[in-house]
Amino acid sequence: MPISNHDVEHVARLARLGLSEKEKEKLTRELNAILTYAEKIQSLDTHDVPPTSHPILLKNIFREDMVKPFRDTSKIIANGPQVQANTFVVPKILD
Amino acid sequence: MANELYSLTIHELHELLKNKKVSSQEIVNAVYGRIETVEKSVQAYLTLIKERALEKAREVDDHLVNAGILTPLTGIPLGLKDNLCTRGVKTTCASKILENYLPPYDATVVNKLEHAGAVILGKLNMDEFAMGSSCENSGFFPTRNPWNIETVPGGSSGGSAAAVAAGEAIATLGSDTGGSIRQPASFCGVVGMKPTYGRVSRYGLVAFASSLDQIGPLTQDVTDCAIMLNAICGYDPYDSTSINQPAPDYTKSLSGKLDEIKTVGVIQELLGDGIAPEIKKAVEDAVKVFEKLGAKIKMVSLPSFEYALACYYLIATAEASSNLARFDGVKFGHRSANSPDLLSMYYNTRREGFGPEVKRRIMLGTYALSAGYYDAYYLKAQKIRTLIKRDFDAAFHEVDLLISPTSPTVAFKIGEKSGDPLSMYLSDIATIPINLAGIPAISLPCGFAQGLPIGLQLIGNVLEEEKILKAAFAYEQATAWHQEKAKI
Repeated sequence: MPISNHDVEHVARLARLGLSEKEKEKLTRELNAILTYAEKIQSLDTHDVPPTSHPILLKNIFREDMVKPFRDTSKIIANGPQVQANTFVVPKILD
Repeated sequence: MANELYSLTIHELHELLKNKKVSSQEIVNAVYGRIETVEKSVQAYLTLIKERALEKAREVDDHLVNAGILTPLTGIPLGLKDNLCTRGVKTTCASKILENYLPPYDATVVNKLEHAGAVILGKLNMDEFAMGSSCENSGFFPTRNPWNIETVPGGSSGGSAAAVAAGEAIATLGSDTGGSIRQPASFCGVVGMKPTYGRVSRYGLVAFASSLDQIGPLTQDVTDCAIMLNAICGYDPYDSTSINQPAPDYTKSLSGKLDEIKTVGVIQELLGDGIAPEIKKAVEDAVKVFEKLGAKIKMVSLPSFEYALACYYLIATAEASSNLARFDGVKFGHRSANSPDLLSMYYNTRREGFGPEVKRRIMLGTYALSAGYYDAYYLKAQKIRTLIKRDFDAAFHEVDLLISPTSPTVAFKIGEKSGDPLSMYLSDIATIPINLAGIPAISLPCGFAQGLPIGLQLIGNVLEEEKILKAAFAYEQATAWHQEKAKI
């Protein structure tokens, strides 16, 4: 078993994902099945193989750092679940 | 449904519009009429914008059609997958977490279609955040296959494929991260293309796995596919990964012959175990058609294919877990009513907003990236990605084009695989390696089994969309599969 219930809880915390006890159990089972299948990649020798992070060769792409106005900023703010005076409101983070 | 306006192709409707035999408003009304008749059983759309569409059609008729100023897409009604941002029109990714999201901007592809004079009909259902192969992972309802409503339309662009097959849109756009355009195209008997990574701007496509995602068309035939690709491709300063090279006129490559395509390679690994016998037979018959058209046929082996699926599910989920971190209840989308402090806001918002498959992939991706496992899973998968790319490079030294089935089976029953994630993932075995290598591929109809369509996949090297379209068109001319329509 590559992954335990305890691991699932740890990973869920990293992902900021709330899970019910039932979901944790189910995910432990399913992730184990998927990871057991994925184990097959370990059998390939990739000692001298460089990793590919991007399929097409691209170098860093830069642009001028210029301010461009966006015409509908109010529409951006309007999508916030809780907004006040052009800002997004979140629960208090300091006591 | 023959000869009804909603059943005609883009190029057929364009002729009628050009010769003033029909107006855009008539076409748009005909398609909405069709939607009213069949949508109850297909359920392809999440949002319809009829008034806005008719308004646009009226404008197009008044200013463009009547004046004879037409692009090939002017006045043509199209549908969009619901992960493409549309200004002021809900874009949900079929997720509860984005249920009420109104993008403040249009995706570049949407902008391009609007400027070409196309009429947007609405937003199409999909697997939540494009994660799935059956459309059953939609956070709202599953879409059904117009060929048999007991079966799935494929996924994740299930709504986009079903709408084209049912006459509920003349053509649509989808997105393809591991087969999400080609597999539903195959299941629904339509043409679907994933272009080269970077050929089409991803600006305004809600990100799933950024190094794999690509937007592409789903259409009734190959000519329409070329027309749609012409309209959406090209460099975009808003997407730094878009390729800065001029695009050809893809309709020019549709000669009906194979021309410079001399050798076609058949992928050995994709005609073996795990491929249904009737699919194998249909692909072998298609190979004979290419032989008749003058191609030399060669069996090609791509040995690292065996590892592609595992490699994909580590890379795609790792990227997804990072991309989906933005859904935190702060700037858009759902926020849990139970948010007494910041951490519980994150936990509860994401628990309530994401469906089971999205949670599964966020978990798998976070695990593959986490301390102690990064080298064994994520880095290892990236190295295997290199091997897969090398396999394709070697193959394209020997052949001009590769051929395989699009999917190992025809459309499966609703509910058949939804309980077993791994068996669902296995249905993408033929499409996933293409995304890992960043190369283009098309799926087009090549037969039927149990009354359900079979898809043929043609794969080209980087930026060789023209070769693929040329071969696909020659095959289409030599066969009659694309003329079969779903009887719904």
